[in-house]
Amino acid sequence: MKRPDDYEKRREHLKDLTEEQLKERFWELAYKIVEPMLEMGYKYTTPAIERSVLLRMGFSSVEVKPIVEGVMKKGLMGKGAGNVVWRLSKKLGISVREAGLGLAEGKYWDIVDTLFEGVNN
Amino acid sequence: MKLDPNKKIDIKEILKDLEHYRPRRRGWHWREGRNQTRQIGEFEYRETSEGLKNSIPLPASRGFGYIDPQPDCVITTEIASGRFEDDIRRMRMAAWHGADHIMVIRTAGQSHVDSLLEGTSQGIGGIMVTRKQVRATRKALDLIEDEVGRPINFHSYVSGVAGPDIAVMFAEEGVNGAHQDPQYNVLYRNVNMIRSFVDACEAKKIMAWADMLQIDGAHNANATAMKAWKVMPELMVQHAINCAFSRKIGMKPENIALSTVPPTAPPAPCMRLDLPYAVALRELFSEYKMRAQQNTKYMESDTREATVTHTLNLMISRLTSADIQSTITPDEGRNVPWHYNNIAAISTAKQALIGMDGLRDMVKIDREGELGQKVRELKERAILFMEEILEVGGYFKAVEQGFFVDSGFYPERNGDGIVRQIDGGIGAGMIFERDKDYFAPVSVHYGYNNIPEGFEKASDAIGGDTFEDPSKIVYIDELDEFDNVNVRLEELKKYYDTEYVKPEVEWRADGIVAVTIFLPLDERTAEFAAIKCGEMMGLEDVTVIHKNVMHPAEGTLVEIKGKVKFDINLNELVIPEKIPVLSEDEIREDIEKDPMFVVAATVGEDEHSVGLKEILDIKHGGIEKFGIKYLYLGTSCPVEKLVDAAIETNADAILASTIITHDDVHIKNMKKLHELCVEKGIRDKVILACGGTQVTNEIAVEAGMDAGFGRGSKGIDVASFLVKKRREMKGKNEN
Repeated sequence: MKRPDDYEKRREHLKDLTEEQLKERFWELAYKIVEPMLEMGYKYTTPAIERSVLLRMGFSSVEVKPIVEGVMKKGLMGKGAGNVVWRLSKKLGISVREAGLGLAEGKYWDIVDTLFEGVNN
Repeated sequence: MKLDPNKKIDIKEILKDLEHYRPRRRGWHWREGRNQTRQIGEFEYRETSEGLKNSIPLPASRGFGYIDPQPDCVITTEIASGRFEDDIRRMRMAAWHGADHIMVIRTAGQSHVDSLLEGTSQGIGGIMVTRKQVRATRKALDLIEDEVGRPINFHSYVSGVAGPDIAVMFAEEGVNGAHQDPQYNVLYRNVNMIRSFVDACEAKKIMAWADMLQIDGAHNANATAMKAWKVMPELMVQHAINCAFSRKIGMKPENIALSTVPPTAPPAPCMRLDLPYAVALRELFSEYKMRAQQNTKYMESDTREATVTHTLNLMISRLTSADIQSTITPDEGRNVPWHYNNIAAISTAKQALIGMDGLRDMVKIDREGELGQKVRELKERAILFMEEILEVGGYFKAVEQGFFVDSGFYPERNGDGIVRQIDGGIGAGMIFERDKDYFAPVSVHYGYNNIPEGFEKASDAIGGDTFEDPSKIVYIDELDEFDNVNVRLEELKKYYDTEYVKPEVEWRADGIVAVTIFLPLDERTAEFAAIKCGEMMGLEDVTVIHKNVMHPAEGTLVEIKGKVKFDINLNELVIPEKIPVLSEDEIREDIEKDPMFVVAATVGEDEHSVGLKEILDIKHGGIEKFGIKYLYLGTSCPVEKLVDAAIETNADAILASTIITHDDVHIKNMKKLHELCVEKGIRDKVILACGGTQVTNEIAVEAGMDAGFGRGSKGIDVASFLVKKRREMKGKNEN
């Protein structure tokens, strides 16, 4: 879009504000703009977020990649990749580390299918 | 492990046992002892911080007792040659010159890699930021900060499609600051908008836990915009979006810094354009920190021009405020920064900031009048920008409509902004809604997390995560067996701790040198003639790095770089032995027993007096201090007059100062002095010594003097020589 500088016309509603009011207005708008992004951050997750969770659970970057890819393939990102690993470890009675390494090596994925059965979302 | 100032840092020692190294602290560090007046040398300072244990002061400190006042703000330098083992050495040099914020630029393309990288492969235009590189660098910086006596902030980037991954690694490895701004990903890296903001929530939350300082990416709009001075309203909007977003995620305002650049540079009347912007920012963002960056938008290959622009930028920092003063190397317009240009940039900042210490106590910004009007206008334009963002349906819609980096001075629009689509870009479609039973068993997490019953906090489910139990961190050493630091060290082992050395600018033994050449030729001819000069000097891969026309026909200045083909064998070097100086007591005793008288002057048509006076004057620790009496004949003294005065006063010695070197006049004067003394028959009775900035002992002796004193010589050097020489002459006479 092309538009000439119509600042003088647009500023009508601002021109009588004090410096303090101007600052308030500035920040009020900024907070309003970021609201939807914060909501999205609350509701959604991404492969990078899930990898970051797995890293903190004690896996290397090389190990976390195939786990997250597997979770995506299984359509279980909504559960959380860390959740998948954690539930698997409980189900099999092995450590979180063993469960995750197994997944990274292509093992246990059939069991993953059963981890969230009966859960109604 | 402790560093010895006289020994090189041992990279092998740094790499040893790295898998077990843990950083000693987390979080950002501001300089100690700010906001207090401080007496340093003969002066009172008002905007300094605590001094350093080890440092290299500015060259002119010689006239001020070698003081090295450190400004109050953190000083940044950007170091990333592609090889971290070489960068570590440069970081040490930078710390000694006053940098305490080391920023590491990532290798080209890393922001598009959907994972952490591992190992130590060589980077292009930056460093491959990996856990091993970060850990080794942090370990080295821990040693360097002990050596200089001030904590050093280590900094890189939490951006791209692996932002949360990198944030975790940085938090674990003691990185103290990072750039994080989802708008940067969207506008300049074409990462999908939603992905970028959703990732940023987690990344920022992690950074907040690690107490890292965040710097936004708004300065890039300045560098990208066609006319940088028109983008000012938008810059404020970008700053505001990232600040508000980060605050809501839980970052402390004191850990949020605006990356702000004075948008313009000369020949624009930049101070008048940039200052209102700087003031408007500091008023609107009074809760936040200012990271004052230097202008890169208008940098050419002229390092002198860049330095002047940067000094003007520093003046804006001092007239307003800066919490972090970033520096750009003056050679950034030519090549990847070279070692000594990092130091040049840091020194420019230190020199200008200290020079303007307390300036605001005398010079004030006139907030009313023209500046005030401009400040007001910028604020209003920024508000109008945000109003329109909301009117069109929010940020994502605004980006789709090309609101950002438009070349118009908003509300003017030229229709040339950056356009991104909500379903486009890298990582599009990679966003997943969290189910009701979504769970992330970690101690720090943004957004919905359904912690199963029985656990107080999420990470209890796994018995603590790596933030709580760092022993769970998995360290990967190398993935590429050919491209890694061990291979590089092996290839260059000839130059590590051996007698062989090569010039370098970036990497050990890269062999690169720069040569400055003036040619009485037009620009184009000069360019090729300069390359020929380099080749005839024996350089390889000669390229022109800078040229500056002095006159279309009369001449051109050309700077070239090239590689030398040789090594220097240190064992074959002939280095004249440094003459040991007698103790002050021994000199005094000798003079007391046998008084000494000298005549002194600056000879020729030369009005320089400071150097010689320092050698003579008791105040400056000159020869007078040891009891030597002198007759000072002033400046521009004919050599004949000096010799006659020596004869009349029966002087033991003649001290001549010669600063001007035009047409080798300094050498001619020395020769003349010697010959005149021979002619008048006093040469075997009188000691002749000459001093000056371009004088060396070798040059002086060759010109007939008994000794020469160059840059940095002190009274005691001269007094010690005079006593020793007199003893030697007496010995000869007695024999």
